[in-house]
Amino acid sequence: MNRTESTQITDAKKRYAAGVLKYKQMGYWQPDYEPKDTDVICVFRITPQEGVDADEAAAAVAGESSTATWTVVWTDRLTACDTYRAKAYRVDPVPNTGAGTQTEQQYFAYIAYDYVLFEEGSIANMTASLIGNVFGFKPLKALRLEDIRVPVAYIKTFKGPATGIIVERERLDKYGRPLLGATVKPKLGLSGRNYGRVVYEALTGGLDFTKDDENINSQPFMHWRDRFLFCMEAVNKAQASSGEVKGHYLNVTAGTMEDMYERAELAKELGSNIVMIDLIVGWTTIQSMSNWARKNDMILHLHRAGHGTYTRQKTHGISFRVIAKWLRLAGVDHMHAGTAVGKLEGDPATVQGYYNVCREAYNKQDLPRGIFFDQDWADLRAVMPVASGGIHAGQMHQLLDLFGDEVVLQFGGGTIGHPAGIQAGATANRVALEAMVKARNEGRHIIEEGPEILAAAARWCTPLQQALDIWKDVTFNYASTDTSDFVPTATASA
Amino acid sequence: MRITQGTFSFLPELTDKEIQAQIQYALNQGWSCSVEYTDDPHPRNSYWEMFGHPMFDLKDAAGIMMEVNNCRKTFPNHYVKINAFDSTRAIESIRLSFIVNRPKDEPGYKLVRQEAGGRTVRYTTVPYSADKPAGKRY
Repeated sequence: MNRTESTQITDAKKRYAAGVLKYKQMGYWQPDYEPKDTDVICVFRITPQEGVDADEAAAAVAGESSTATWTVVWTDRLTACDTYRAKAYRVDPVPNTGAGTQTEQQYFAYIAYDYVLFEEGSIANMTASLIGNVFGFKPLKALRLEDIRVPVAYIKTFKGPATGIIVERERLDKYGRPLLGATVKPKLGLSGRNYGRVVYEALTGGLDFTKDDENINSQPFMHWRDRFLFCMEAVNKAQASSGEVKGHYLNVTAGTMEDMYERAELAKELGSNIVMIDLIVGWTTIQSMSNWARKNDMILHLHRAGHGTYTRQKTHGISFRVIAKWLRLAGVDHMHAGTAVGKLEGDPATVQGYYNVCREAYNKQDLPRGIFFDQDWADLRAVMPVASGGIHAGQMHQLLDLFGDEVVLQFGGGTIGHPAGIQAGATANRVALEAMVKARNEGRHIIEEGPEILAAAARWCTPLQQALDIWKDVTFNYASTDTSDFVPTATASA
Repeated sequence: MRITQGTFSFLPELTDKEIQAQIQYALNQGWSCSVEYTDDPHPRNSYWEMFGHPMFDLKDAAGIMMEVNNCRKTFPNHYVKINAFDSTRAIESIRLSFIVNRPKDEPGYKLVRQEAGGRTVRYTTVPYSADKPAGKRY
């Protein structure tokens, strides 16, 4: 949609006369605007109400996420309001929506925000604008923040991950392969002593990490101090039995910030190398805990509990790729980013897009993976993505092919549910992983030969054979609700 | 007890041919290889002894394999590992690291518990071999 006409009223007397104007008359629609290198750029998916044209809807989003109110105010003239206004500068129809399709017409609206609008180093402030009032705005049926380009100038005001992938590996002395984890199951009801048993068995069997689940905090069946004490006994015993650094993500999520600091301090005192928080604690808490982790040499694991309430539906909410960008800025070291092959939502290309956001120094625009913008991360440290939920050893070739080495693969049920016990489950996963990495490095085609490589390792590793036998037919092949709108176009071969 | 540090410690010992294939993979990625040895396998011992400098300019897997074998011959009863280093900006760290030689007998680690205030325990991991001086441990 290459409209060039500007609809802005330029005569100041008319523009600021009391009354109601269309947003595009107020200056929020500027089709000839060239975004600056220092602008924050957002692309929103908008579904306008009947009778609202796309330009006006885009202008309204720009207005409501920056300076506008519903009527003209003369006090705008006390400010350099042209710079404070966000500018919608491009509107494209979304492929495969509108007339002749099953889906009502949607648009991608590109909006630029001057960096003066945002407080340095504050995700809370950025989100209060970009996903504030605007998401309840009546002229839109639905609105989704698809992607964001954060300018280098603004990125440099964030400290980013407390530890980062590189330093995490140097602290753990583990290189050249994905890390392995497991979430303790059942997630609720175990006493501290029984819980620590699961941790010990899984770590001593071969996993690098075990994990509290998102809703393990301090309930009547297991108070947090009991959990921390027993888990650290387990971690240290497993370290001595293997000679490797081991860890357990101690979830310090609590009702207040003060409680969280108290829990984190005990984790440090007991010698834990990692603590964990849930996404639902909110941006300010995440940034505070990142500062704490940085100050105390702690890896900060984030479980994305709650994100599905606003990331999953394609027409309304926020894409997880935007949440991933904010989390990297906010400064977590690990984040759950999907498995593609496991039990939870995620189309493989879209999930790979999230992983690239976590790990790359520079994201190139990559529409099939949902990446709308080039993003220079300005040397901000990288986040280790975590693949967790319904994965097992029999999928090792797919997981390694999809995600490479820089990932934590978490096999909860796939470890603890092993027929020969938790240690055997952990060993099966570790052997499957190392065998697959070795084969890949030797130049073998792991997607084609994966099952054969696993079968060969299972011939000398009984636990792996048992794992393959019991889970061989488990797949979660459901259609994804959040997929890319852009299909890679085939190019003619020369 | 088998110490499981390094990328491939859960697999059967790699043959020389298999080790060379991993070296070749590292070289193909543009990484540099180095050989290190130790008789102090504490999990937080970051500084194993360097068997010469990292071989930044040696791009021949067979040549690196010779260095590995020299180290194994000189220190047959030590731990020996190969590291592959990536000097790319924002990585500048090890990308692959695996053990290629072990002492014949691996006694493992003692876990020392110091009981402190409340139910707190302070843990220390000590290799059983560490009681003896360096060079006389295995």
